[in-house]
Amino acid sequence: MKAAGSGRAGSGRAGGARTRTAGVGRPRTRTRGVNPARTGATGARTATAVHGAALLLTLTALGLTFWHGLDEPANALAFGVLIAFGELARWGARPGEREPAPLATAGALAYALLGQNAGKTTTHGVLQTVAVVVAAGLAGTVPHLARGRDPDLDHLARRVLTVAFAAACFQPLYNAGAVTARLGQGPSHVLFLVLLLLLTALCDAVLAALLHRARTGHPYAPLLRDELRALPGIGSAVCATGAVMALAVAVAGLWALPVLAVPLVLTQVSFRRYAAVRTTSRQTIASLARATEIAGCTPPGHAHRVAALSRAVGRELGLSGPELTVLESAALMHDIGQLSLVDPVAGGATAPLPAEEQRRIALLGAAVVRQTGVPEAVARIVERQADPYREQPLPARIVRAVNAYDDLAADRACGGLGALERLRLGTARDYHPDVVESLARVLARGGVTPAPPG
Amino acid sequence: MVVPRSARVLVGCALLAAAAVTLPALRPGTSWPTVLLLAALHPVCALPARCRLAVRVLGGGPDRVPALPGTGSFFPVLLTAALLLPPAAAALTALPGALLARVERPPFGLRRAWRAARLALAVGAAARAGQALRCPDALGLGPDTPDFPYVLLPAGATALTFCLALAALDGAIRATAEQFPLRTAWRGLLGRFLAPHTVHGLAGLMMAVLWRSSYGPAAALFVLLPMYISCWGFAQYHRERAAHQATIRALVQAVDIKDRYTRGHSERVGHASVLIARELGMDEPRLEVVRFAGILHDVGKLGVPTRVLRKDGPLTPEERRIIELHPEYGHEMVRGIGFLGEARTAILHHHERMDGSGYPYGLKGEQIPEYARVVAVADAFDAMTSTRSYSRARPVETALAELRRCSGSHFDPRMVEALTRALHDHGWQPEVTAGEPTVPAPRNPRAAQAPPQPPASRTDPADRANPTDLTGPTGPTDRTNPAGPRARRGRRPA
Repeated sequence: MKAAGSGRAGSGRAGGARTRTAGVGRPRTRTRGVNPARTGATGARTATAVHGAALLLTLTALGLTFWHGLDEPANALAFGVLIAFGELARWGARPGEREPAPLATAGALAYALLGQNAGKTTTHGVLQTVAVVVAAGLAGTVPHLARGRDPDLDHLARRVLTVAFAAACFQPLYNAGAVTARLGQGPSHVLFLVLLLLLTALCDAVLAALLHRARTGHPYAPLLRDELRALPGIGSAVCATGAVMALAVAVAGLWALPVLAVPLVLTQVSFRRYAAVRTTSRQTIASLARATEIAGCTPPGHAHRVAALSRAVGRELGLSGPELTVLESAALMHDIGQLSLVDPVAGGATAPLPAEEQRRIALLGAAVVRQTGVPEAVARIVERQADPYREQPLPARIVRAVNAYDDLAADRACGGLGALERLRLGTARDYHPDVVESLARVLARGGVTPAPPG
Repeated sequence: MVVPRSARVLVGCALLAAAAVTLPALRPGTSWPTVLLLAALHPVCALPARCRLAVRVLGGGPDRVPALPGTGSFFPVLLTAALLLPPAAAALTALPGALLARVERPPFGLRRAWRAARLALAVGAAARAGQALRCPDALGLGPDTPDFPYVLLPAGATALTFCLALAALDGAIRATAEQFPLRTAWRGLLGRFLAPHTVHGLAGLMMAVLWRSSYGPAAALFVLLPMYISCWGFAQYHRERAAHQATIRALVQAVDIKDRYTRGHSERVGHASVLIARELGMDEPRLEVVRFAGILHDVGKLGVPTRVLRKDGPLTPEERRIIELHPEYGHEMVRGIGFLGEARTAILHHHERMDGSGYPYGLKGEQIPEYARVVAVADAFDAMTSTRSYSRARPVETALAELRRCSGSHFDPRMVEALTRALHDHGWQPEVTAGEPTVPAPRNPRAAQAPPQPPASRTDPADRANPTDLTGPTGPTDRTNPAGPRARRGRRPA
C-alpha cells in the first residue's frame, strides 16, 4: 500500500506546495496550511520534554531508593516479578496495540495504590514505587532487546509518569494516615481508589494524545477523543485489576497477585483475538477493493490512495475512531460498483463521467458493499458518493472530493495542481469547500502520514 | 418442534430437584442482602453474552457453532455465590438470571425452565462441595485474613463440581431431547467446560474474599470488570469473524456472477479441500486456511473479461491465454491477506500439474506447494461432479476413477487417495450456500445444443429478483459496448 502510494504522494506534495503559493490572497483559503517544519519541531520538543521528565524522575527515584534502601523488599520483589512477567506479553503484540502489556500496567498501578499487605500497613513511598516499576519494566524488556526488538520508549515514559501520578496522589496521604483516618477501611476507601484511577486514566490519555500528536502532527482534540473513547475497553480492565490487586493484597496478602492475573490475561487474549480478526477483515476488504484494479476497472493503487488520503482529510476535519474506520472502508470500496459493469469505464476514472452514470455506479457499489460484513454506514457512504455535496453526509463528501482529486491528478495534462483547481471550481455544487481546503492542507503537509496506532 | 417425552420427564425431574434444593433457603437464617445482590448481578453481567447470542442469531452466517453451553450466564457471580452462601441460598441466586435470559428457539417455556433448574442444581452441588471443605471459614471475615493457600482447594473443588454437574446435566438433555446416542452424549462436554471454569473459579474466589473483607461487595465488583470486558471482547470477536466471512462470500459471489455456471463451485472446493487436508492429518488452524484457499482459488477470475468467461463453445488460443492468467490475478488480489500465509500459493499454483504441463509456471512434482496440490484435486473433482456449460455432471465414482487415472501425471496420488478415503468415510453432499440453487441439470442439454445466448436470457428469474445481485441493472446492452481499454490486461502481476 505504501509502495503503491509513494509515487502519488510525491506529486501530491508538489501540487499542494504550488497551490499554497498560488492561493495566497485567495479569499477561499480561510486557514493557512500548518508549516510542516514547525509541526515537526514542536513535536520533537514535546516528545523530548515527556521523555526528559520521565528520565529525571527515574534517576531521582533510583538514586534515592539506593541511598535509603527498600522498604518491605518482599512486596517490591513480588510486584517487580509480576511487572517483568507482564512485560513478556509484548511478544505477540501487533504494532500499535493500545495496551500491549496490560498485566504489567495493572501491577504497576496496584503497587502505586498499595496501602496494606494482609492487614499490615506498608510504608513504601512514591519514589520507591517509581524505582520498582522502572527496574521491573527494564528487566522485562531485556528479552525483547536480546531478540533485537526496539524498546517502546514512549510507552515506558508514559507508564513512569502515570504511575508516579497515581502514587503521588495516594502514598503520601496514606502513609501520613490521612486516608485511614478520614475514610477508614471500608467502601469509602474503594470509592477513593476509583476516583484516583479515573484521574490517572485521564492523565494517561492526555499524555498518550500528546505523544501521538508529537509523532504524527494530527490535531490534538480528535486524538484525545480517541484516547478517551478507548478507555472503556481494555484500559478499564487494567485500571480495575490494578485497584482490585491493591485491595486484595491488603486483604489476602501476595497470593492474590497470581490469582488476579489470570482473568486479566484472559481479557488480553480476547482482545488480541478480536484485533487479529479485525486485521484479517480489513485485509480482505482491501483485496476486495483491489479486485477493481485487477479487473482493469481502476488504475493501480487508486483505492488505497483514496483510502489513505480520505483518512487524513477526515482526521483534519475532526473525525475520530470508528468514524475514521468507516470512512476508510468506504473509500476503499467506493469503486466496487464497477465490478458489476460487463465492460469497464474508460480509464477507470469516474470523476469525468456524467452525474447520472456516477450515481448508477454508486448504487451498484452500495449493493455489493451490503453483501459484505462491513457496517451499514459504509454502504450508505458508497451510495451517496456521487450526490451533490449539500445532500451528502460528511464522509461521503470526503470520499467524493478525494476520489475526484485522484482521478483528475492521474491525468498527466491536469496534475495535482490542476486537479485541485478543478475541485475548487466545482465547490458550487459538487465538492464541499471545507473538504477541498482540508485536502489542500493535507497535500501541502506532504500527503499522507502513516496511520496512527489504535 | 416435538419434544420427546423423555426430555419432558427429565426437565420435570430437574425442576423438582431444583425446588428441593432451593426451598430450605426460605427458612430463617439466610442472609437475604447477599442473595439479592448476587441474584441481581447475575442477569446484569449476562448482557454481553446475550449480545453475542443476538449476533449469532441475527448475523447468521456459517458460524453455526452451537452456542457454548453457558452463554447467557455469567459464572463468576454464581461461583461466588457457591463459595459465600449455603447450598440452598446459592442455588436461589441462579434462578432470576436463568429465568430472565433470552431464549432464542422454541419451546421457550420448557427451555427456560430447564436452564433455571440446571443452573440451580449445579450451583447447589458446587456450594455443597465448598461447604464440605470448610470454605466459608477459610474465606476470612472482616479484618480476619483468609487462609490463603488452603482456600484454593475448596475453590477448586467448587469450580470442578460446578463443571461436572453442568456436564452431566447437559449430557442428559442431549441424550433425551436431541436423541444423541448414549455413548456420545457426554463426549467433549467436560473438556469444553474445564478451562473457562478454572478462570471463572479464580475470579469467583477473589470476589468472595473481597466480599467478606472489610471493603465489602463494592470491591468485589471490580473483579467482574475484566471478566465482563473479556466477554465483550469475545463477543466482538465473533461478530467481526462473521463480518469477515461475509466479506469472503461477497468476493466469491462476485466471481460467481461473472461466471454463472460455476455457482457454488468455490464453496464446494473449499469443502473438498478440507476433506482432503483432514485426511492428511492437518490441524484445525491449517484446515481453516485450506478452506479459505479453496474458497478463494478462482477469485482471479474477477480479472478475466466477463464475455470470455461466459463464452459457450471452444475458446480461441488468445482467450485461453487470458483465462490462464486468473491464478496470477487471484494471487495478486489476496497478497495482502496475511492469515492465508502459505495458502496464498495454492491460489497461484492450483492449475499446475505433477508432470509440469500446467500453468502458470509449469512446476513439477514436489515443487508444487502442498496446499496447491490439495486444491487442484478438489477443484478437478468438483468440476467433474457438477454441471458445466461444456459437460454435464458425472457421478462421484466416475470422477474418482478419472482422478485416479490422471494421478501421477496431473494430480498428486496422495491427495487423490486422501479424497477417495474421505469420500468413502463421509460421503459427498455438495452443499450450496443458501439462496444459490445449483444449476439444474435439464438446462445443460439445451445449452449444449442451442446457439450461444446473451447471459441475461440465461439467468434464473430468482437471480434477477434478488435485489442485491451484482448483475441487476446490467443487461445485453452493456455487452454490445466495445471492449474498452484492455491494454492493461496483458500485464503480468509482479
